[in-house]
Amino acid sequence: MILDINDLVVSFSMYQKNGFQKGNLEVIHKLSLSVDRGEIVAVVGSSGSGKSILAHAVLNLLPKNASTSGTISYKDELLTEKRLNGILGREIAFIPQSVDYLDPVMKVGKQVIGVFGTRQRQRELFQQYHLPQNTENKYPFQLSGGMARRILISGAMMGDPDLIIADEPTPGLDTAMAMETLKEFRRMADHGAAVLLITHDIDLALNVADRVSVFYAGTIVETAPTQDFLAGKDALRHPYSKAFIDALPQNDFRPISGTQPYAGNLPSGCLFADRCHLRDDSCAGDQKEREVRGGKVRCIHAT
Amino acid sequence: MQLKADHVSFRYNQADQWILKDVSLEFHEGERVGIVGPSGYGKSTLSKILAGYENPSEGRVLLDEAPLPMKGFCPVQMIYQHPELSVNPRWKMKKTLTECWEPPQELLDRIGIETAWFTRWPAELSGGELQRFCIARVLSPETKFLICDEITTMLDVITQAQIWQTLTGIAQERNMGMIVITHNMALAEKVCTRIVDLRTVNHIEPSE
Repeated sequence: MILDINDLVVSFSMYQKNGFQKGNLEVIHKLSLSVDRGEIVAVVGSSGSGKSILAHAVLNLLPKNASTSGTISYKDELLTEKRLNGILGREIAFIPQSVDYLDPVMKVGKQVIGVFGTRQRQRELFQQYHLPQNTENKYPFQLSGGMARRILISGAMMGDPDLIIADEPTPGLDTAMAMETLKEFRRMADHGAAVLLITHDIDLALNVADRVSVFYAGTIVETAPTQDFLAGKDALRHPYSKAFIDALPQNDFRPISGTQPYAGNLPSGCLFADRCHLRDDSCAGDQKEREVRGGKVRCIHAT
Repeated sequence: MQLKADHVSFRYNQADQWILKDVSLEFHEGERVGIVGPSGYGKSTLSKILAGYENPSEGRVLLDEAPLPMKGFCPVQMIYQHPELSVNPRWKMKKTLTECWEPPQELLDRIGIETAWFTRWPAELSGGELQRFCIARVLSPETKFLICDEITTMLDVITQAQIWQTLTGIAQERNMGMIVITHNMALAEKVCTRIVDLRTVNHIEPSE
């Protein structure tokens, strides 16, 4: 297993209303997820459900007031801070969500080369991503959103990573370019890399992913093979995943009402209960992850 | 009402290449126009020009044959892709929401803004929740045209569907014009009454 996350809990220490006491805001609860060699796992789900925090937890990029428990292993060994520092940028590549992660006062060519890269490889990558060669001498503010996104991707592809963590690599790219990027992930995976792909573009992700995990309010409500998502909502298990498929513009474009609960004010049982049409008394209990039809789901009513 | 880009061209300075060249477009009230096109074709630049945030290097933007008003409330309003960058991080949400008008409770309910969020800081809300505030604050009755620059790409599909359902509903009731910039063709087809491919109206040499 390249990446194995077990019972990860992430919480932030924050000041309370009165301004004098600190409290803990738990944003990721007992989360387990693994990505194997040759596999693309897509992570989709609600905005603000902790998808980026998961990526940041793996890469040790969380802010100082965050605390974590649980284990994160890389190639079957615990991923410690020391070990991570040795391999980040070489074996592990990260494509951050926001183009703000670029250095605003450094030419992008130099940023893409980074510490371990070469000019030659950078030019190859620019060509591959249809960036004209003079782009290497530009600063981030001179680029369009889609170009900056491709710079971030080039930077991550500079090395020969075994694990790619891509946090929303496709917004701002047109469909052809987005598809090309995802196919590049597929190629890397076919050559033995593991890819964790965090995305909102589920329709695109389904073309390349092997498994899909659906996030809601800091936990994974369902993990299922991609075929189930392609087959439509009846093949899925959790009511939230079904609602997700229904809301796609290519399908019904029909939303369910309500919003995800705030991390500081979570219900005790099923986190989705207040928006769920299947809700009954049994939803108040703790929702354990169960195996249903070859997928994992946190719903007592799933069949 | 009618919003018109009249032979608009744009570049950042004399030495730069053109981003927009001789773009002429007309938008009418009650219409929802999708603007699509590959990355780097000037979609966002065009929307900023139409909303009056950027002046065209050549050509004009006309609202009912007159330039956009420079004083008071501009009837052309814009919503951005990144809600977290378009609110003041040091203002609580209530202040952001009432920046230019007082949205009635009925509208807030419809958009799905909860009163409990008013006292939060922007950092304590998710992107979807923040975007709702950005939408509510520009939906004053004086808004005649609403420009939506990729407003839901960062949001999950359920929130996307919620936001579009509400926005198109309000636009229809008020006969408001909407200009929708998106990469998602399926979305454009569901939301818009007309789709314009910027490649057909922007006469630049593709150089990106």
